[in-house]
Amino acid sequence: MSQIAAQIREKLNIVCVGHVDHGKSTLIGRLLFDTNSLPEGAIDKVKRISEQNGKPFEYAYLLDAFEEEQKQGITIDTTNINFSTDKRDYIIIDAPGHKEFLKNMISGASSAEAALLMIDAQEGIQEQSRRHGYILSLLGIKKVFVILNKMDLVDYSESIYYEIRRNFDRFLSNLNIYPIEYIPVSAFNGENIVSKSDNLNWYKGVNIIEALDLIQKDPEPEDKPLRFPIQDVYKFDNRRIIAGRIEAGTLNVGDEITISPSGKTTKVKSIEHWPIPYDKNHVSAGMSVGITVEDEFFNKRGEVLSHSHNKPQSSNLFNANIFWMGNTPLVKNKTYKLKLTTQEVQCEVFSINAVIDSSNLNSSETFSEVKKNEVAEITIKTREKICFDEFAEFRGTGRFVIVDDLNVTGGGIVLKTDDTLKNRVLEPKSTSLKPRARLIARAQKEERLRQKARVIWLTGLTGSGKNEIAIKLEKKLFELDKSVCYLDSANLRFGISSDLEFNEEGAYEQTRRIAEIANQFINNGIITVVTSISRYKKARELAREIIGTDDYLEFHIEATPDVIKARSSKAMYELDGNKDLELLYEKSDYPVHSLFIEDAEFNCDEKVDLILDQIKNLL
Amino acid sequence: MDHLSEIEAQSIYILREAYKHFGKLGMLWSVGKDSTVMLWLTQKAFFGQCPFPLIHVDTSYKIPEMIEFRDKLVKEQNLNLIVHQNKQALEEGMNPEKGRLICCEHLKTTPLQEVVKVYGFEGLILGVRRDEEGSRSKERVFSERDSDSNWDYTDQPPELWDQFKTDFKKGNHIRIHPLLQWREVDIWRYIQRENIPVVSLYFSKNGKRYRSLGCYPCTFPIDSEVTDVQGIIEELENTKQTERSGRAQDQEDAYAMQKLRSKGYM
Repeated sequence: MSQIAAQIREKLNIVCVGHVDHGKSTLIGRLLFDTNSLPEGAIDKVKRISEQNGKPFEYAYLLDAFEEEQKQGITIDTTNINFSTDKRDYIIIDAPGHKEFLKNMISGASSAEAALLMIDAQEGIQEQSRRHGYILSLLGIKKVFVILNKMDLVDYSESIYYEIRRNFDRFLSNLNIYPIEYIPVSAFNGENIVSKSDNLNWYKGVNIIEALDLIQKDPEPEDKPLRFPIQDVYKFDNRRIIAGRIEAGTLNVGDEITISPSGKTTKVKSIEHWPIPYDKNHVSAGMSVGITVEDEFFNKRGEVLSHSHNKPQSSNLFNANIFWMGNTPLVKNKTYKLKLTTQEVQCEVFSINAVIDSSNLNSSETFSEVKKNEVAEITIKTREKICFDEFAEFRGTGRFVIVDDLNVTGGGIVLKTDDTLKNRVLEPKSTSLKPRARLIARAQKEERLRQKARVIWLTGLTGSGKNEIAIKLEKKLFELDKSVCYLDSANLRFGISSDLEFNEEGAYEQTRRIAEIANQFINNGIITVVTSISRYKKARELAREIIGTDDYLEFHIEATPDVIKARSSKAMYELDGNKDLELLYEKSDYPVHSLFIEDAEFNCDEKVDLILDQIKNLL
Repeated sequence: MDHLSEIEAQSIYILREAYKHFGKLGMLWSVGKDSTVMLWLTQKAFFGQCPFPLIHVDTSYKIPEMIEFRDKLVKEQNLNLIVHQNKQALEEGMNPEKGRLICCEHLKTTPLQEVVKVYGFEGLILGVRRDEEGSRSKERVFSERDSDSNWDYTDQPPELWDQFKTDFKKGNHIRIHPLLQWREVDIWRYIQRENIPVVSLYFSKNGKRYRSLGCYPCTFPIDSEVTDVQGIIEELENTKQTERSGRAQDQEDAYAMQKLRSKGYM
């Protein structure tokens, strides 16, 4: 086995991009020729075709296989070509340079790790030079060599080389692309491809082959937090196998996992494998796997498995940078299909925040639509919640495509989302609003305050002792050097909620308001203590959804009927035994913390200590 | 992850996407090395199962060992195999002497189109690879064909980040190509790593072996003394001959494959 592994050489995918006729296909043809990668008879065949078509010899014919491409001398669609150096194997992807074939350029470039961006030294920087640079930055391709081709046509001029280099550096730095090197070459003459050229003595850098071998391959993201989108669930025999590809991280047998967005948790029971049982107890990023879990509840395609302490975001709204490839522009008030990993949801454009002509970085005047070949920053609203991550952190779960009618017509990457909008987003009354991102993240504030912000939600009937506990809890946290805020539902009724009735509808709305306010506090790093009767199960479920299951710590203060009777001066409830209590207070379906109050004169400090014992590791 | 494991994971992902999206799905099995590897990958993807039928387009000119190997594997593994022939063309005496491309069209393209129509396939899995020849190098992983199996190669939709074309007009079908990014040598290294049985025609007998398999009138073996997989891998690493140089139909016209494939050829 190890002997076989030693034979398997590393492989790197590289895309060749740039303006039309700047020599991409010629460079690749020449690379193949100079690295002795061409099969027998290939050059003769090109000679024959060139003669048939009445054209001079073209290296490009080695790649442009279609009759239409050869007759018209253009590349229509992307081609993958294999060649090797002593170091490793390469797949070089030839991308078309015509604006009208940008979709094909994107298809080719999307599978590459590094890029050669060709510029004709005589023509200089052109529209597609810049546009392709922009697309590379959106696709997340940072390893870029700029190739200044046709140096023979400008007398191998050092000053032209530096002028183009200066100008293009200025453009690319706006896109956060910093080329590894600018390499002057003549692809047709084979200068600076595999060997140095006497005509370019002033250039001391690497030639193309040396440049390619310099590129470091991206490691698989197996050290990142786990992201395992469910692709399908199989039941071919008695096993119920969850199948999919691990996008990031590592999964071990026995790991406790959360399934988002539903929030269900379970443990990994086994890793399934054919034809022989799997010989390790972990699987990692890049692998297509199958696992079984301990709790066989309903799972479906699109849900994402992660470790419970580091979940993806789940929301129905996010900001994204997109590129549009559709003949029909992208517009608001139209339903599209969005595909992100294995999730497929209906979506709409909530707002168009910026539209940029990718060939010159100019902003459009109006943001009413995104036309073909334009790039834009937009806010997307999906019909159901989906799971995603910021692209800068997670590639696999941070990018998506948009389907219009029957075809993929757009692609995009997820931008940073404001912490307060992570869990649930509603439709505002005005469509001119857009969610804004901030410069300081919640995590930074928490770090400065040396705490983790949570909502400690004390729920229970009037007279159970919530408020006494809460005010002591606030004081205790304050003394522990925590930044804490206390939201007392009763007090809010004198202000923000003075418009609400004391009925079921009012109670529901009151819970929603408290949860939204608490959400603002924790997203500014503040530990928030809430007292709210919130006796309706649905209302607390809503609060939990708004705040997020990780940040919402529910404590049910359960007092006996005698205690409530003794403590409640307002005599709100006609209580007759425990049965009535159950009718008045609907218990939660998920696990919560419970505090039992059996004595009207209970020791408040003890109860506060009990609370802190249970959650001190979470703060 | 090494390169073989990477492409294995990718192919399994593609096969699972195909199975998820197409109710009517079939897989073309020519009995050659590529589609035999693809069958293995399918069983890996579905934990020992092949949850869709295999289709063999039998021109009646296949080398007899291929049919023996096919029938043996079907029996051993209890595979669901559809064998289809253009009986009418055969009765009318179709053979390569009428023109190799004409013969390919009648005995391969036409029965393939028929199979799609008769069984109502929405998805057809094929083991073509980009490094085989020019028109295949331009293929998408999920590639649409119209109701007559025509391929509009000049206007292919974008395909990125493993988000494939799964929405299409009724009556059209999607060709799924899980091996598109495999190279010939990858196939053999994988056969070696996984110990996959392949038809014996690939190994040398009397100084000759087949590098690519097809119909006997149009497929020629190469000079080789190689009798094992390791030998094949070493031979491939040192050859300058193309894989399909022994396939006569490819040499009929500079654009032979493009012309055949635009009309629905595999």
